Amino acid sequence: MEYLNLLVSELYKIAFILIPVLISVTLVVWLDRRIWGAVQKRKGPNVVGPFGLLQTIADALKYVLKEIIIPASSNKIIFVLAPVVTMTLALVAWAVIPFDNELVLADINVGILYLFAVSSLGVYGIIMGGWASNSKYPFLGAIRSAAQMVSYEVSIGIIIINVLLCVGSLNLIDIVNAQQSLWFVVPLFPMFVVFFISALAETNRPPFDLPEAEAELVSGYQTEYSGMMYAMFWLGEYANILLMCAMGAILFLGGWLPPFDIFPFNTIPGPLWMILKILFLFFLFALVKAIVPRYRYDQLMRLGWKILLPFSLFYVVLTASYLFYFDKLPVRAF
Amino acid sequence: MKISRFLKTIFLLEFVSGLLIATREMFRPKKTINYPYEKGSLSPRFRGEHALRRYPSGEERCIACKLCEAVCPAQAITIESTERDDGSRKTTRYDIDMLKCIYCGLCQESCPVEAIVQGPNFEFSTETREELYYNKEKLMDNGDRWEDVLAKNIRLDKPYR
Repeated sequence: MEYLNLLVSELYKIAFILIPVLISVTLVVWLDRRIWGAVQKRKGPNVVGPFGLLQTIADALKYVLKEIIIPASSNKIIFVLAPVVTMTLALVAWAVIPFDNELVLADINVGILYLFAVSSLGVYGIIMGGWASNSKYPFLGAIRSAAQMVSYEVSIGIIIINVLLCVGSLNLIDIVNAQQSLWFVVPLFPMFVVFFISALAETNRPPFDLPEAEAELVSGYQTEYSGMMYAMFWLGEYANILLMCAMGAILFLGGWLPPFDIFPFNTIPGPLWMILKILFLFFLFALVKAIVPRYRYDQLMRLGWKILLPFSLFYVVLTASYLFYFDKLPVRAF
Repeated sequence: MKISRFLKTIFLLEFVSGLLIATREMFRPKKTINYPYEKGSLSPRFRGEHALRRYPSGEERCIACKLCEAVCPAQAITIESTERDDGSRKTTRYDIDMLKCIYCGLCQESCPVEAIVQGPNFEFSTETREELYYNKEKLMDNGDRWEDVLAKNIRLDKPYR
């Protein structure tokens, strides 16, 4: 009985976070297409529902009705599991994202590590999908994606260290509250840019969408997928993008904090600020998709390992030296 | 030269200017039309869906000369004819396989009586192939429905034929 009570009380909390996330994922797909269209001076989807807002839901319904084709030569269990893994991992990470001082599903002390771990696991969905398809294009796409995500994961980790040096805590709420006086985007601006680039690579967005480079690989790891399984990859991908935006908002843009703690700004509730910041970052994601051509594979690797990684390492040393020299370290272990 | 290029690269200047251009272009007027609600203008020569026309008296124009059938490069037209009681030759069957048709307009050009024409309608998609095997009834029906536009287009295009 106790377990049941716990289960019910937790379930409604989970529903409370997951349903808005899923709805916003569908809206964000629409937003992405509208922005992409607007930059190219097209109209974008504007027929289904008001302003075309329901377009994604219509697409998702279409995918539900489509036949799921499982290739005969595929590893069937893993093939079916891959989109589930992608989708689950993209949603599971939202448990630790705080929308306000209290408004968080799981306020754990190693929040940022959990987030980092879950977003690293995201690559497994793609590798499983690409490998289990037992077909050349998905396989090549999966290999590319594995190499790409692992490379950029490293620089994201080092960027996070920069922030952690300034905060002295792994708790996401503490990280946001440490930005009361100054958002980290100001002192760590270069790191914000590197984080943004790495986040693009991490979520396989253009210009780093090599895993699904349609000109070379049909559509990469998704080639053999159809119907609802494809839709799950697709929604998982966008949930991941939103997650990266949320991570950027928390680490650099002060989460739910208003930009200035003065009258018109601090009347707007915190969660709304959080959502606005996520949307701002997503807007940048969508704009980048519209303006940049795709990187070549060796350029991608060079950028990750020879430019972003040394630069963020250098910045860690810089931040640490500064904090140590001016005695501003938040936590002193010695 | 090299240094300015280096600075441009590390400060992502071209990327940022790209972002600004993209943001600016977003608010410019759209180049596309809102298709199902707005439609582009069509030339009077537009070669869309076929129609068989009638004379103002209501008599069908087609005299079953079979020139269109002969000229059709895709062999999409099939005509059978008979002599009517008043001694005139009329079609008993006039089929166009819209799936074979390449919309070249030769049937319209070959027609001595302006009976078979291609109208301005391009929205005649169907859910089955069978619906695209047009017969005489369907073509006459099209002619009745589009007569105003067809007559106007033929008049406008007359000087150039």
